[in-house]
Amino acid sequence: MIIINREDFPILNNDIIYFDNGATTLKPKCVIEAMNDYYYKYCANIHRGDYKISLEASNAYEEVRNKVKNFINAKSSNEIVFTSGSTDSLNKIVFGFMMNYLNEGDEVLLTKSEHASNVLPWLELAKIKNIKIKYIPLNDNHELTIKALNDTITDKTKVISIAHITNVVGDVRNINLISKIAHQHNIILVVDGAQSVPHMKTDVTLDDIDFLTFSGHKMLGPTGVGVLYGKTKYLEKMVPIEFGGGMNQYFEVDGKVEYKSIPTKFEAGTPPIAEVIGLGAAIDYLQTIGMEKIYNYEKELKKYLVSKLEKNPKVILYNKSTDSGVLAFNLEGIFSQDTAIYLDHYNICVRAGNHCAKILKDEINIKNTCRISLYFYNTKEEIDKLVEVLEKSDDLFKVIL
Amino acid sequence: MDSELKREIILDNYNSPFHKGLKNEKGYIKANTNNESCIDNIDIELKIENGKVVDATFDGEACAISTSATSIFLRKIIGKSVLEVKELIKNYENLIDEKPYDEELLGELMAYDTIYMQPNRKHCALLPVDTINKILKEVESGD
Repeated sequence: MIIINREDFPILNNDIIYFDNGATTLKPKCVIEAMNDYYYKYCANIHRGDYKISLEASNAYEEVRNKVKNFINAKSSNEIVFTSGSTDSLNKIVFGFMMNYLNEGDEVLLTKSEHASNVLPWLELAKIKNIKIKYIPLNDNHELTIKALNDTITDKTKVISIAHITNVVGDVRNINLISKIAHQHNIILVVDGAQSVPHMKTDVTLDDIDFLTFSGHKMLGPTGVGVLYGKTKYLEKMVPIEFGGGMNQYFEVDGKVEYKSIPTKFEAGTPPIAEVIGLGAAIDYLQTIGMEKIYNYEKELKKYLVSKLEKNPKVILYNKSTDSGVLAFNLEGIFSQDTAIYLDHYNICVRAGNHCAKILKDEINIKNTCRISLYFYNTKEEIDKLVEVLEKSDDLFKVIL
Repeated sequence: MDSELKREIILDNYNSPFHKGLKNEKGYIKANTNNESCIDNIDIELKIENGKVVDATFDGEACAISTSATSIFLRKIIGKSVLEVKELIKNYENLIDEKPYDEELLGELMAYDTIYMQPNRKHCALLPVDTINKILKEVESGD
């Protein structure tokens, strides 16, 4: 089963097999064209409305806010803030909201499989405020369990900040249940959706998510744009951490300042207008296929991949049971980077390293792995090619040296 | 050097590297280098007495190119004066950057004479040099 027209992705004409979708995804023609269209036909700054093309740009920009709202089922488009990416979104939450919300002694729960962008801002905040960062223990498969979560929560716990799907282990967390547990204890739930929003249906209302972050480029969109979703009641309490044009109502020499309302007050400076418009086209494209279809197809691909690789005794798999399109592996006795370079000789793109999850090594006792991260444009034929190349890898050093 | 011999030198040094394992003893100066463009991560420690390298060890996780180059480098610099080490480094950097070099001086390091054809691996080959340079700098600034 192939669920898309691969011709929509011009880069696939280069005969590459692209398995690094956790890092970034390929772009369909419609996304690139939507951005070109803006640059060719109505390239103007937004919110300047005195001339037609500026109004057109403003409308296109704000229309995407509405698209994002519908895509994740937020209650209002005012809850959608455009950022430069998931990292930016998380930093805004931590330093614009948590900085004032948390008090000395409060606890924030993370896990060791979180991405750097959901660890480092918290560690920095802990240096400024006397708060405690705790890691919920993972099970033997490096997955988060509800029991471990319940056991870690104390009456000091104020925030749980976790990925919906982690970027190396690829476990899909039960956000619906976690949010119920969090709210029973008056805990705010921050969900890093960078690896989940592109791959499955996200519903912030159904799952009662307090904050959600994700990046455009991991879901067919351009680099440089991302989203911060926050419930209105929290965004109203969040303060901007960047100041300048576009976000202020008025200011006086004596320091009297009034900022615009949410979400505009969090978007200082000229935003990435073309990129936001590109993200809108990406959302349209994804919705035409359907997120459920994408998720099911990727699960099927992963099962196929695991079933094939399991037959190769030289391949060590670290997370074969998780329900997402991410698979971490090593070839017995080979440094992961050498494996990645070997695969590159056959135009197969995989990532080697610690994948920005540098504390995960404490969990799996392996610092570096190769990671295959699938997307809906990948096929079983591409997997067959990978399997074949890994099977004949006895001559790996002959190929790469 | 034919490619079979090069591969043999690299793999020998990768599979059984010279002086792998740090001593962490007094008198050794240690430096770490994390390859910025990839994931190699090595520590090297040198013991320098009277301007001469008297011992050298390393440890870390790195690819075949970085590990082997480090191994060959350490074997070569023991017994050499700091000046001689600098001369070797200069020639080796020239080799990697396609500039003139002294083939005889480089010896086994000639195994990396075609690395320039894979630009993304130059950093790997230069990892031991970057690390040794850090130590030499520290020695010079120290006394």
